[in-house]
Amino acid sequence: MSTIIGIDVGSTYTKALILGEGGEIAGRAMTNTSFQLAKAARWAMDLALERAGLEESELDYIVATGFGRHQVPFRDVNVTDLTASARGAAFLYPNTKTILDVGGQTMKAIRLDEDNKVKSFRLNDKCAAGTGAFLEKTARYMGYGTEEIGSLAATSKEAVPISGVCAVFAESEVINHLSQGAAPADIMHGSIVSLVDRSVQLMKRVRMEPEFTLIGGILRFETMARVVRQYLKSDVNVPEGEMVQFTTALGAAILGQRRLQKMRAEGTAVSRTGQEIASLRSQ
Amino acid sequence: MAYASGVDVGSTQTKAVIINEDGEIVSRALVDTGANVVKAAELAYQVALNNGDLREEEVEYVIGTGYGRYRVTFGNAQVTEISCHARGGARMFPETRTVLDMGGQDTKAIRVSATGEVLDFCMNDKCAAGTGRFLGAASSALEIPLDDLGPTALKAEKAVRISTTCTVFAESEVLSWLGKGKKIEDILWGVHQSIASRSVGLLRRVGIEEELTFTGGVAKNIGMIKALEENLELRLNVSDESHFMGALGAALFALDHILASRAPSAIAEGRV
Repeated sequence: MSTIIGIDVGSTYTKALILGEGGEIAGRAMTNTSFQLAKAARWAMDLALERAGLEESELDYIVATGFGRHQVPFRDVNVTDLTASARGAAFLYPNTKTILDVGGQTMKAIRLDEDNKVKSFRLNDKCAAGTGAFLEKTARYMGYGTEEIGSLAATSKEAVPISGVCAVFAESEVINHLSQGAAPADIMHGSIVSLVDRSVQLMKRVRMEPEFTLIGGILRFETMARVVRQYLKSDVNVPEGEMVQFTTALGAAILGQRRLQKMRAEGTAVSRTGQEIASLRSQ
Repeated sequence: MAYASGVDVGSTQTKAVIINEDGEIVSRALVDTGANVVKAAELAYQVALNNGDLREEEVEYVIGTGYGRYRVTFGNAQVTEISCHARGGARMFPETRTVLDMGGQDTKAIRVSATGEVLDFCMNDKCAAGTGRFLGAASSALEIPLDDLGPTALKAEKAVRISTTCTVFAESEVLSWLGKGKKIEDILWGVHQSIASRSVGLLRRVGIEEELTFTGGVAKNIGMIKALEENLELRLNVSDESHFMGALGAALFALDHILASRAPSAIAEGRV
């Protein structure tokens, strides 16, 4: 076995996860992506190494994924976030057929085939109304921070209907509701319902089928998963605790591990060109 | 002398205009709409009365317009902002055949007849991209006051191409360009270009016929005027009163009502 790091440079957070010699998670770390992607990736990697009690020289392979994967100068190889999410979700829940990944600025629905390979996917990265940014904006209009979204929504008794067509227009909607005496918790709950409504539409477009696995930063708000369950009238898998945010980094590390094993078994030189794994495979 | 008033409750600002019987503006007021729409309408109206040194009884008819027109509780009637901008634009520039109204949260393209009636219109109602809010996002990201955006953008040498559609994501894109060392004026010029090209798309859907009059709060932005003129390859009519155009249109409709209600008695008197 070998020691692999998966670094997922997302639109909002950068996550790093180290798979140890025995295939165990040796360490992980997360930081704000901000605008210096290379810096965020380096910072997350260094912290994950520190937590794992490892030196950088002990890493056998560095796999980058996420929208900023090409901006990681010290990577050995890349993998698309769709493939990495699929691998990570299927590793945690082998019966996964549909994945919903809701992040800060993107929403993705992925459908897997019998071999747990990506069969089809749909994504939204054009409009904030279908992403975590929508919840963040709604919270901010009411004077709450991102970290308060989960606990705020949890106290809601009934969701206030929020149209959710545009994160900017939501401001007037939120203000109207507040002036009519609606509780912030119920408005927050309502915006989660509107986000789930969009998620389900996206999942329908990949012809969703159970089991469902939900990942991404927004799934750390429990209300989100609960509302998805109600919508789908089905149980859903949600990785525990922080793993919900690290699933894609985990998938990237697993893919890197496989790639490395294969190259070693075939006796070919270990590729460190920073290319996509998919393009290496076709060579 | 009778007076008529129009109160335009917009998403961002509320405008009130009072006109005399000749349709000339005698007083105006502008306040932020804020959370209490009813209060904003009342305040704008009261400020306009004060500014014109008028009493409420002297204003015979009030028409509310804008998205909050039904919240103008003291209004006698409501007319859509589409009709009001067409009417106001045509009053200021009689040769107007197309109106582009750009406000804080919406952009409307309106085609008008020679008599100032609405023939067709098209608006963004699902998405804030291509509205004043896009400029608002750039303003807060770059920490430049709204009024300085246009003049700053005009100093640009080369527009930075803004790729995001969504206003929310544009804020991060603007910052990321700044992080990559692009000049503020070039980024801002790109922002203006992006809004202009979306507006031109909207205008094409109703058909662009000269003259084109640009109204709404964003019409005060010189950068936006230049970006649109460059995109459309034609000159725009822009009045100093551009952001009062909807309220003016409403006031003109109110004046119609006053004059119409007088007509029968006037005729009767003439016959005597």
